[in-house]
Parts: sequence; structure tokens; C-alpha cells
Amino acid sequence: MATAQPAAEPALEMVRPRRETTAAWPLVDRLAYLLCWAVGIGLCLVALGIVALMFVKGISELHLKLLVEAPSASLHQTQSGGFSTPIVGTLVVTAIGTLVAVPIAVALAAWLNEYGRPRWLARAVESGVETIAGIPSIVLALFGLLLFARPFFGFLSGSTNNGAVTGQSFLVAGLVMGILAIPLVAATVSEGFQQLPRRLREASFALGKTRTTTTRRVLLPAMRPAIASGTVLGMGRIIGDTAIIWILLGGTLHNTPVGSTPILKTLRGTGSTLTSYVFSNAAGEGNSPQKAYAAAFVLLLIVLGLNALVTRLSGGRSLYTTRWGAKR
Amino acid sequence: MHRRDAARDRRVELLLGALAVGVIALIVLILVTVLVNGWPSFSANGLHWFGPGGDVVTQFRAMQSSIPLPGHSIYYFRAWPLIWGTLLTTVGAVLIALVVSTLTAIFLTEFAPLPVQRVLLPVVRLLAGVPSVIYGLVGIVALVPWINENLISDGRKQSVAYVVQLNGASLSTAIVILTVMILPIMVALTANALTAVPPAWREGSAALGVNRWRTIWRVSLRAARPAIAAGTVLATARALGEAIMIAMVSGGRPFEANPLDGLTFLFEPVETLASGILEEFGGETNTPIGHTAYAMGAVLLFSAAMLSFTSWVVRRRLRRYGVGG
Repeated sequence: MATAQPAAEPALEMVRPRRETTAAWPLVDRLAYLLCWAVGIGLCLVALGIVALMFVKGISELHLKLLVEAPSASLHQTQSGGFSTPIVGTLVVTAIGTLVAVPIAVALAAWLNEYGRPRWLARAVESGVETIAGIPSIVLALFGLLLFARPFFGFLSGSTNNGAVTGQSFLVAGLVMGILAIPLVAATVSEGFQQLPRRLREASFALGKTRTTTTRRVLLPAMRPAIASGTVLGMGRIIGDTAIIWILLGGTLHNTPVGSTPILKTLRGTGSTLTSYVFSNAAGEGNSPQKAYAAAFVLLLIVLGLNALVTRLSGGRSLYTTRWGAKR
Repeated sequence: MHRRDAARDRRVELLLGALAVGVIALIVLILVTVLVNGWPSFSANGLHWFGPGGDVVTQFRAMQSSIPLPGHSIYYFRAWPLIWGTLLTTVGAVLIALVVSTLTAIFLTEFAPLPVQRVLLPVVRLLAGVPSVIYGLVGIVALVPWINENLISDGRKQSVAYVVQLNGASLSTAIVILTVMILPIMVALTANALTAVPPAWREGSAALGVNRWRTIWRVSLRAARPAIAAGTVLATARALGEAIMIAMVSGGRPFEANPLDGLTFLFEPVETLASGILEEFGGETNTPIGHTAYAMGAVLLFSAAMLSFTSWVVRRRLRRYGVGG
């Protein structure tokens, strides 16, 4: 037979490449790999250290008495009271700030994502929100003080003996906190808008609904989780800020009401929150570190709670999607 | 669609648009008010405002007592020690954080086994949420005493005792804590971008026989550059403006830390523009101190705005071949 010998059957077994192991890498790469591990574990340890320190110090100093007593000016630890009014102050400022920030931020996000015309204006507004996110809170506080000390805004705060408006009160601090939180909330809500499927809008348009109705009746209800987590993130930002409180709430420990209308007098007056209480007791004139630890512990508990809430709201899905800055 | 509906739609669009324009108006308002109230300080000092010259505390005390320093106006102020402190803390923290955050993001997205990842993610989120006053407290409780007892020898203390007293509240404390504070933003943005790199890009690299680390380093990280730039800028803005924590842990003295002191330099106290405002400004906007504080605020504001602008330019340029940011 002249026919050529049939070629040898090709080997059926595929030659699998060996699984790459770090052992095969050059030394530099292996060092970098080890460094990655070290840094990752190190970060966990740092966080653990901070939380453990605050828990140990906090639990050992926290007594029920501290939670129900108002702070009072005294050099003696035993007579300087607790931090009941700072806790209330934190709640009040957070409530006002959230009430200001969330509606504005949702409206902003809605306009940017659903309307956004003319295009150049939308771009400008977007970078505007980003710029606000970059403004240090202490500068926002300076701005707020100047703005709200105008006689026109006299109804928001008290006045000094010679009639000048102080521009320092719970209301003012809350309003400026609102400005502080807007970029963060708007970014989160905006992300929510972008994640909505197109078909939602299209179905609504196909039914002859206007853009406004679509946004209000279809899109906003569909994004409740995004709005909720934006709100909670904003609250976290507000609760944690100290510079605005220090400058716009007078830096005093006890509440100083203004006027005589029951609730309004506190809102128009100065006072303290947990953050300013910690700050003044740890470093300032209050100078009772033990109480600062206890208050910081309460503050940390609140922050941890909010953190857990955000994780729950986003369903654990948003691995990295929560941006701490503005939308970009 | 009824005509009435269309008109309502238009009205809502205009209303929301007006609100959006309000954001821009707000920024202009902030810029103008802060600059106008800081202007007396700038105009009295001219460009020397930014330069060195004398002790900041003495200058503030002179303003407070309304007795001008001999031969100078009541507004006499030289901000250099504060600007120097701001530069040192910000640049130091951002440089360290840039390295650490990049490595952490790579670890988080590429190497960490699932259980570790499950721990690390909430940790990053937690670190981002911890208020600065708690970071400051941790610094006072743990880091400052530790540095004072273990890193600063008596000889070192005596070597600079004629200008400044070292007690652990120092430049290095501020940098370390600031680094931890700004890490989460950078890790989050970088990790986010690393997960968004198209798999085909990395597979292409791997198919060429490039090992995993170099693929990450040369392909993924390069693609993530816009996000890294964005994170760095956000972090810089945060570091610039951090007042509370710095005021708590860096000694609260506007000392001009001197690199010529060698290692001791790291243990000298500093004060930044932001923490300076916090410590010296008492709430009176219309006094020399008030005007000076607003001038410092205006510098911070201007730097923050410039940072936003830089970030925008950089990201525009990098975005062509990148993801995220």
C-alpha cells in the first residue's frame, strides 16, 4: 500500500498549564504579594484596635448616671454632670440636617438624572456638588456664621447685649450640617437612579405619563432603598462632624436657651452635642477624659449602628459602590 | 398627554432646575462671603501674608489685646508656620495612604480569600464612618503617650528644649492618624475601579505569559488610574480641612517644624490652617482675629476648589484608557 502511514493520533489529553503559584514569581513580585497581605491584615488590626480601645475605655467609664444628667460647669469630676443634653443635641442637629439635606439632595439627583437639560448646566451642577463635597467643614462653619449672623436671620439665633445677632444656635448648626450632607446623599441617590432599569421609564412613558409623574410615581418608589441608605450615610456624616458644632453651637457644654417659646427657645439657643462634648472634655476646658471616653463610646455605638443599617439597606450588595464623596 | 400635564411637567422641570442652579449660587456665595470677610487681613499684609515672619501665637495675642506689635498694623499676620504645617501633614499622609491604599485595594480585590474579604470590607466602611473626634481621642489616649515614652529619648527632648517642648503630640502622630482617616476613601475608589477592569484586558496579559502580580500592576492598576487620582484628590481635600483631630493630637502649637533637626523633626508639634482656625477663632467675625480666621478659611477654600478642578482635568485626560473615577 502506497498510502502513507496515518499520522499518530493526537494526544487526547489536553496539556493543562500548571496552576500559577506565587513560588514561580520573581522575588520582587513575591515581596509585593506579601506586602499586600501585611497591609490588609494590618488595616483590620488597626480598626480592631480602635474599636477595642474605645469599648474597653468606654464600658469602664460609662455609668447610667452619665446618660441622664446634664453637664454643668464644675472643676470636680463628681459635680460636672453627665451628657444627657449632648445626646439630645446630637439628635436635634441630625434631625434638622437630615430634613434639610434629603429633600434637596433627592430633587438634585432627580433633576441631574431625569432632566439634566441643558447639558452644560447639568455638568456645571455636577461639578458644583463635587466642589461642595471638597469644602472643609470648618470653612462651611465660617460661612454659616457669617451668613446667619445677618440681622435678617435673627429669628434663627439669639443676640448679644448690644443687639448683634450671634448666628450660633441649633437651627443654624442644623442648616449648615444640611449643606455638608447634601453631596453625599445626592451621590448615593444619583447612583440609585442610574441603577434603575430603562424599562421602568419606558413602560411609564408608553402609558402616556409625563416625566414628572414617572419620576414621582414610578422611579422614586422604586429607589426607596437608595434614598434610605443615602439618608443614613448623611446622618452618619452629620453626627460625626465636630468643627461645625464647635463654631456654630457656641462651644458651650450646657444648653443656653434663647427667648421663652417652649421648644423654639432651645432650638434658637446654643449647646453641645456628643462630638463637641468629647472634644471639649478631651482637649478643651472641660478636661475630664473619663467622661470623654464614655461619650465617645456612645458616639461610636451610634456610628456602628448606622453602619450596620447601611449594610442592611443596601442588602450587602454594594461592595464598594458607596462613594464617600460626590458623584463623578 | 394632556396639555395641562405637559405644562405641569414643564413647571416641575423649571423648579428642579432652579434648585440645581441654587447649588452653583451657593458655591459663589460661600466663596464671596468668606473672601470678603478675610480681605482686611490680606490687604493689610499683602503677599507677605503667606510668608514667614515671627510667631503666630504672638500675632494672635496682639490682635486679641488690640495692641499692635511694635511697628506693625493690628492685622500683622504671617501664616507660613500654619501653611507649612498643613503641607507637611497633608502631603505626608497622602503619600503614605497612596501606597497603603493601593496595596489594600489590590489585596481586597485579588488576593484576599472570601472570609478575609468579608471582614475587610466592613472594616474599611467602619474606618470611613468613625468621627474625627474619636480618631483624635484614640490619638490622645494611645498614640501620643506611646510615642512620648518609646520614641522620644530624653536627649532628643533636650536637644530642642530651647525652642519647643516635646511631649508626643507631634507631626508624626498627626500624619499617622490622618493616614488612617483618609485611607477608606482611597481604598474604596481604587477597589471599585479594579473590579471594573474588563476581564479581557487581564486575560490578554495573562495569555502573553505575564504573571498575576505583574498583570495587576501593569494592566489593572493602570486602568484604575482615574479612580486612584479621584481618590487621592478627595483624600487630599479631607486631609487639608481636618481641624478637630489635628487640634487634638498635634500639640496645638503653631511651631514651624524644622527638617534640619533630623529625626527630631517628626516629633515636633505642628498646627495647620484648619486647626489654627479652630483654636484661635472665638466666634467674633468682625474683629482682627475674625478677619484673619476668614482669610485662613479663604485659603483653604481656594485650595479645595483648585483640587476639585485638578481632579476634573486629570480624570478627563486619564479616562480614555481607564475605568472608574
